[in-house]
Amino acid sequence: MADLKDIKADVVVDARGTYCPGPLMELIKEMRQQPVGAVVEVISGDAGSAKDVPEWLKKVNQEFLGVLEENNYWRIFAKKTKEM
Amino acid sequence: MSKRVVIVGGGVGGTIIANLLVKKMRQEVKKGDVIIDVVSDNPIHFYQPGLLYMLIGLKNQDELTRDERKLLDPMIELHLHPAVKIDKDKNEVHLKNGVILNYDILVIATGSKPAPEVIPGLREGGNWFYELDACLKLRHELMNFKGGKIVLAIGLPHKCPVAPLEVTFMLDDWFRQKGIRDKVEYTYTYPIGRLHGLESVANLAAKLFPERDIKSETLFNMKEVDVNKKTITSIEGVSLKYDLLITIPPHKGAQVIEDSGLGQNGFIPTDRYTLKMEGSNNVYVVGDTTNLPISKAGSTAHFESDIIVENIASEIRDGLTPFRYDGKVFCFIETSLTKGTYIMFDYNNPPNVVAPSSLIHWFKLTYNKVYWLTPMGIL
Repeated sequence: MADLKDIKADVVVDARGTYCPGPLMELIKEMRQQPVGAVVEVISGDAGSAKDVPEWLKKVNQEFLGVLEENNYWRIFAKKTKEM
Repeated sequence: MSKRVVIVGGGVGGTIIANLLVKKMRQEVKKGDVIIDVVSDNPIHFYQPGLLYMLIGLKNQDELTRDERKLLDPMIELHLHPAVKIDKDKNEVHLKNGVILNYDILVIATGSKPAPEVIPGLREGGNWFYELDACLKLRHELMNFKGGKIVLAIGLPHKCPVAPLEVTFMLDDWFRQKGIRDKVEYTYTYPIGRLHGLESVANLAAKLFPERDIKSETLFNMKEVDVNKKTITSIEGVSLKYDLLITIPPHKGAQVIEDSGLGQNGFIPTDRYTLKMEGSNNVYVVGDTTNLPISKAGSTAHFESDIIVENIASEIRDGLTPFRYDGKVFCFIETSLTKGTYIMFDYNNPPNVVAPSSLIHWFKLTYNKVYWLTPMGIL
């Protein structure tokens, strides 16, 4: 995970404490709006995001870069590899 | 030396802030020490949540509109010319008629609106109710609908996050009242793996959908609409046939925000507590215009406005901005034509849904009538 810590995302969405629309919806929105090649980081206070996000990325064939578990929050990284 | 506060946007957020600020600083405004300007591209103030009711003949257009000038305190100057550029370095707002307004403090309340053109085929094949003309068109379709497949598809981001569920529940009841519910196959789609972003609301929907025979397709994000084949396809690879496609299109912010380089897609990076534009000390952002990952809803703009007004007054008088927005949001949720519930939450407290009741539904109907007191800064 050392490499993940060095990643500088193009967009960071801090979704901690924001229950609606929620971390996965924020990630989907950004993945659709950003250009191909962009790295999106979503910060979530919900452990479920660390599972939901990679599942969705797999379903739509986009790249899941990994997740960093911090103190009661999760930093989730994704890369847009193709138009969607 | 007088201080000028310019508010760009005459929707709920901009209008509340202007009126509350006059109430808060009436003496300073009377003396000319504080000047308040509102810039709007529309002389009519529209109560957008009322469109949900107009859709099925429970409201008419006249009930949803008021003259913006009449809602504003007479001491507020209203400029009915669109803002075409905001120059944050020079503290200027440029209007389409050539007038340039210099500000000491700026509030950006330019809102968001549906952008169906983002999804190929959606503008041609889809029907939505978030705008007046589109709502009238969908109402016409519904009045003539005799049965068939209805698909509801949702884009991101969108305002009023509970509206997709509300329109589903209300249409279900409406078709039952018309006696054609057994001829309607209704499929509700949603972008993530449950029926709503809020877990408690998703659980409520999961309980009610089977009782109402409402089908669902989760993890469904619109890719394209084939108008000829009457199908909508998701980026997850699912295609659904429809006879009537209802959509909550993805939304965009105002063009002037993008043109001024203030934020991608018209949404401005904003501090979640101070509601100031990131990197700025004299620009506040309210409502849908922020890029905050919170509900784009009238109540959000309302609660944010209270904080912004307190800070503007405090800043002018004392040079301090001590008030902080706590993320408060309140939403009614209609669960049929006769019952409703509500949710209230903030950054630290997730919502719990109370059991739907007639009382809450009637409270919502009452609010629909007295809404005008909100932009006037009374309620």
